[in-house]
Amino acid sequence: MKEAVHLVRLAALFAAGFVAFLVIRQMVVPAGFGKYGHFRAGALDDIRARPISYAGHGTCEACHDDQHNVLAKGKHAQVSCEACHGPQNRHAEEPDKVKPVLPDTRVLCASCHESNSAKPKKFPQVVASDHSGGEPCKSCHVPHNPKLSTEKGQ
Amino acid sequence: MTTRREAIKTAARLLVLTPAAVAYFERPTSADAPAESKYDMAKHWWAMSIDIEKCIGCGNCVRGCANENAVPRGYFRTWVERYQAPAYPDEDHPEVDSPDGAFNGFPEKKKDNAKSFFVPKLCNQCAHSPCVQVCPVGATFETPDGLVLVDQTYCLGCRYCVQACPYGCRYIHPEKQTVDKCTFCYHRISKGLVTACVEVCPTGARTLADLKDPKDPIHAFLRDNPVQVLKPHMATGAKVYYKSLDESVR
Repeated sequence: MKEAVHLVRLAALFAAGFVAFLVIRQMVVPAGFGKYGHFRAGALDDIRARPISYAGHGTCEACHDDQHNVLAKGKHAQVSCEACHGPQNRHAEEPDKVKPVLPDTRVLCASCHESNSAKPKKFPQVVASDHSGGEPCKSCHVPHNPKLSTEKGQ
Repeated sequence: MTTRREAIKTAARLLVLTPAAVAYFERPTSADAPAESKYDMAKHWWAMSIDIEKCIGCGNCVRGCANENAVPRGYFRTWVERYQAPAYPDEDHPEVDSPDGAFNGFPEKKKDNAKSFFVPKLCNQCAHSPCVQVCPVGATFETPDGLVLVDQTYCLGCRYCVQACPYGCRYIHPEKQTVDKCTFCYHRISKGLVTACVEVCPTGARTLADLKDPKDPIHAFLRDNPVQVLKPHMATGAKVYYKSLDESVR
């Protein structure tokens, strides 16, 4: 019996340490940690909850199907609306309050079609200063269907 | 009288109880039940395909990404590089530039007798990511749907992962002082949209892909084209697949 006393003391010490470990662990490990791996599961919801700024072309087409019909027939069919018109989710949420501003075609068109030796050779390119001399592209081309009416295939 | 045998028995019982106690504390509670959403992580495995032959270096993806994710100017979650690989015998020493990450596209820079092309870059969402392996606190992790994400509330800003990423895809956010990187627009793709860079790419050079979707065009893309990932020798399990990638690209 006498020998057992220090064993009991030791066991009590270990038990107290174990309880302290569990209490501290409960306090410092965030909820959901380890659910999917070595991370806080709630972080996934945090990231998913961030706001969007590009509505996606599906949202645009829901109202602007007239424009989409023109676009779909031309060379720019695969270009999504917000590639040129910019992020429009706020406009999509409040169509009357937030009005998009039309981009300047002199800048906009050149951002893709300005000639550059590293661009794929088959991509249509011009040197804008030679091609139009500062005239806005939309004086001749309709951006949604940019082929000139005199060109073949119109 | 407590014998040594009894003391050992008690200790053994305590040992058996430990996992039970752990299980008790880790039991699912209502607090960490998933929010009501239709998005099922188990049904997706995200990837991206990039067609080098379609990239025109316009920088729309870089601007779109910055708009969507409030990326501070001068930092990039995605950027575009221009490679100009000279002819033999210097083809292994390409000239690479990316003025302002291609935020405003590329000014013309002619290089005679060189193979020139653009390479869009972003996080490769590695399946065996070196950045996740080095994080000391579990702030960066691989998700069940194949993304590498960062828990902004948990990151210490120690920069281990910035060093570990072989693709240079991470930066320390100048205000938050935590690490930041491409999330594949997780807030968009979990709602059924595509990433901002894919949405605004005018030539369709980038395509978001879900490898777990049997109808996704990625399967035909991988089957029908010569496809490469960046730094395959590092075995990172990169999931951004490049078509027509030149051997000079690092």
